[in-house]
Amino acid sequence: MLRRRPFLIEALTAIGLIAAPFVLPYLGFAPTTINRILVWGLFGLGFDILFGFTGLLSFGQSAFYGTGGMVAAYLLTVVSFPHVMTAVLIGTLAAAAVGYLIGLIALRRTGIYFAMITVAIAEVFYFVEFNPLSRFTGGENGLPGVPTPTLYLGFTTVQFNTDWSMYALLAFWYFVGLVLALRIVRSPVGAVLSAIRDNPLRAAAVGHNIHSYKLTAFVIAAAYAGFAGGLLGVMQGFMPPDAFTFDTSGQLVMQTAIGGAGTLFGPLVGATVWLYLSDFFQTTLHIGATWKLVLGIVFVLLVCFLRRGIVGGLQDLAARFTATAREAVAPEEAPVLADAAPDAEIDAPPHRRGGYSGPILEARGLSKSFGGIVANRNIDFTVEDGELRGIIGPNGAGKSTFFKMLTCELPPTAGRIRFEGRDITGMDIAAVCQLGLTKSYQVNQLFTRLTVRENVVIAALAERRGIFSLDLLRRVDRVAGLDSQVAGTLALVGLSARAGTRVAELAYGEKRRLEIALALASSPSLLLLDEPLAGMSPRERAETVQLLKNIRRGRTLVVVDHDMDAVFGLAERITVLHEGAVLAEGTPAEIQANSQVQEAYLGGVAAL
Amino acid sequence: MVNWPTFISQCFNGLVLGALLALISSGLTIIYGTLGVLNLAHGAMFMLGGYAGWVAYTYTNSFIAAVIVGSLFVGLVGVVMERAIIRYFYARPHEDQLLVTFGLGIVFVEAVRFFFGSLSNIVPAPPGLGGITPIGFMFYPTYRLALLGIVAVALLVLYFVLYRTRIGIIVRAGIEDSIMVDALGINVYRVFMVVFGIGAMAAGFAGIVNAPVVSIAPDVGEAILVQTFVVVVIGGVGSFPGAVLGGLIAGEIISITSMFNPGYSYVMLFVAMTLVLVLRPYGLLGTAGRE
Repeated sequence: MLRRRPFLIEALTAIGLIAAPFVLPYLGFAPTTINRILVWGLFGLGFDILFGFTGLLSFGQSAFYGTGGMVAAYLLTVVSFPHVMTAVLIGTLAAAAVGYLIGLIALRRTGIYFAMITVAIAEVFYFVEFNPLSRFTGGENGLPGVPTPTLYLGFTTVQFNTDWSMYALLAFWYFVGLVLALRIVRSPVGAVLSAIRDNPLRAAAVGHNIHSYKLTAFVIAAAYAGFAGGLLGVMQGFMPPDAFTFDTSGQLVMQTAIGGAGTLFGPLVGATVWLYLSDFFQTTLHIGATWKLVLGIVFVLLVCFLRRGIVGGLQDLAARFTATAREAVAPEEAPVLADAAPDAEIDAPPHRRGGYSGPILEARGLSKSFGGIVANRNIDFTVEDGELRGIIGPNGAGKSTFFKMLTCELPPTAGRIRFEGRDITGMDIAAVCQLGLTKSYQVNQLFTRLTVRENVVIAALAERRGIFSLDLLRRVDRVAGLDSQVAGTLALVGLSARAGTRVAELAYGEKRRLEIALALASSPSLLLLDEPLAGMSPRERAETVQLLKNIRRGRTLVVVDHDMDAVFGLAERITVLHEGAVLAEGTPAEIQANSQVQEAYLGGVAAL
Repeated sequence: MVNWPTFISQCFNGLVLGALLALISSGLTIIYGTLGVLNLAHGAMFMLGGYAGWVAYTYTNSFIAAVIVGSLFVGLVGVVMERAIIRYFYARPHEDQLLVTFGLGIVFVEAVRFFFGSLSNIVPAPPGLGGITPIGFMFYPTYRLALLGIVAVALLVLYFVLYRTRIGIIVRAGIEDSIMVDALGINVYRVFMVVFGIGAMAAGFAGIVNAPVVSIAPDVGEAILVQTFVVVVIGGVGSFPGAVLGGLIAGEIISITSMFNPGYSYVMLFVAMTLVLVLRPYGLLGTAGRE
């Protein structure tokens, strides 16, 4: 729906912003309340990109809100800087710069650690503002006398000094902020951010530098906060020091959750509810002291029962209606792999080999121990270019650990790994994927909240755009070659008909094929497959074996599996791992005849 | 400008604050370690302990009664909170857990404000522990000395419960791997309830025994919560010894910096936290993979 009418949301927002001053006063909103809602909404746009879209819950946004506001107010009052909006933009830049530095520290950890660190950092800012820097910030008095901006139109000068003219200014900047935020979430960067929220491990494994992307989201949120802080001072003619308090951060979090995270409009709706209730309780009911108690209870109930907030709840409701409409015209059973053109060819994997000729992968003396447990012991392993290698071994032979070391998901305790002649030991998993070495996982690692197509897009973006790229304003579908690569990959694994389906709705066999598609979409020259047949029905196995035969053109494959028939049928050479070490290596016929292998598998059959 | 008696008495203050932070952080960290939930209402638990004790004190005039009522009440609040709300959040994302405990913290603070007002109240030190005591070359408030002992005893009790009892070994096993504990036939959810109660009680106990030092007000928990976070980040999440070590470090940093300029105490705390994050990302006594 959004694709067909690309500017629908922008147009509706513009109409809403123009209509608001004519409608809201009749609903009991004071003009100053509406203006405050817009500032909170703008503050929340950036926060929603950080929390709703990237999944990083920060309780420290007040630091950037206050920094942006104080820098702008300081320039405008103490320094007497002449141009108001320029000062606000300088404040925004300052907040973004501070956000970059803080992000470097806070993003060293994720999850609850990240939340705790942001709280602590924001508290530092609060104390610094009040004490060591009070000469600049006015301490607990704040900075009064922030001027309002003027706009020279050639024939007349507009003063934004009344409530409604201030509304026009704020509405304009809210609209600009929203359009920018929409561009960002629809850009390749936005796609990667939502992938990070869903499954950071896989987002890195398909070749994205997730730390840089998270830092990007953090800086964006800081910039929005700084800009909103600057406008707060301009709106009130006074920069209050309580912009720095933990309450500010908390209010932002609560408003966003009430309105609905991951919707961009959630913070605006949440602020509307929050400020309206606060006004209503204080001026109409005259029970000012209890309003926060009531809001707190409402908030807890919302988090318990309406997980996606007001806007998210409405979206789900709308989705339910459109879903029932769509079911009526749902296509027949999705075609299985055999029907999809078996020769479907995706772009041949790029030859990034740079004239190197020799084994594509070489591991020497690879060992891994976890405490006292030795998972892999002194493994030498060489794969030639274009080979299809099978690895077998009983459960606990160390196959998965071995694969994790080859893709640099785990650092080896000892030994070196060379890929296409280059030493990759100790490299980052995303960087290794960018070189053309990746794997599909034994346990599905998918982006479960996204559709099948979006999943493949995430992987293909890493291949098209490199490990990190700041194309914040480009639309995802404008990335050159992306569409054909995604369509080709989907056709290859036979999921074209399921492109628009959410991962959660896929059958298990389809999920397994998507798992392989994610690895394929990054166009690896060496693909490791960790038990691609695990848990499949006989028919699905046959299909997947056919798929592996299809994708091996121009690629080197290494397959781990327990399905002996499949591995012996597919592979040209087989390596047997046993108790963490290489037991044997050779052609399928040699391995079948090897008495040591028989013993390892069948427990001394040769002795009988 | 800094003389030795001042310095030493500030070091003592740091020790007292540090012990207190260690106790509160232990509560936070065993809850997180076992249940996987970071309780953002933990600061409110500290505050509730002070208020419950204060109410008991106004009726009985007994400090002992205040301490008992304060701790038990908060322990009960913790158990009810876990049974009524938190247990439905174990399967939900961390963000939802943070949001709901944050919301509950606000509800507690605002409820107290509604019933008791925003003004601060004082629970006097128990008779015999008021005034000051000469220790060698300086005088030191008697109750603070006693507080150091009281909190040290509480920490020892917590240590004993965690390391020397049946429930303690289950809790520590649960911190390592709660699914495995469940698989061994132990009702891990009942253990969760007990742990939440004990963790909350640690904060509540700290809240009431600290009341004679710092007056109680609805928002005393907020600053404590932030300091507790720093302690846990420094010490390592889920580690009881880490919480104790982190608490003592944080207490000394705050007190010694305050001697020069209180405004910088948080800055120094933050510098220490950053250093730990850069040099030992999982905390001084923490282990990888607990987040």
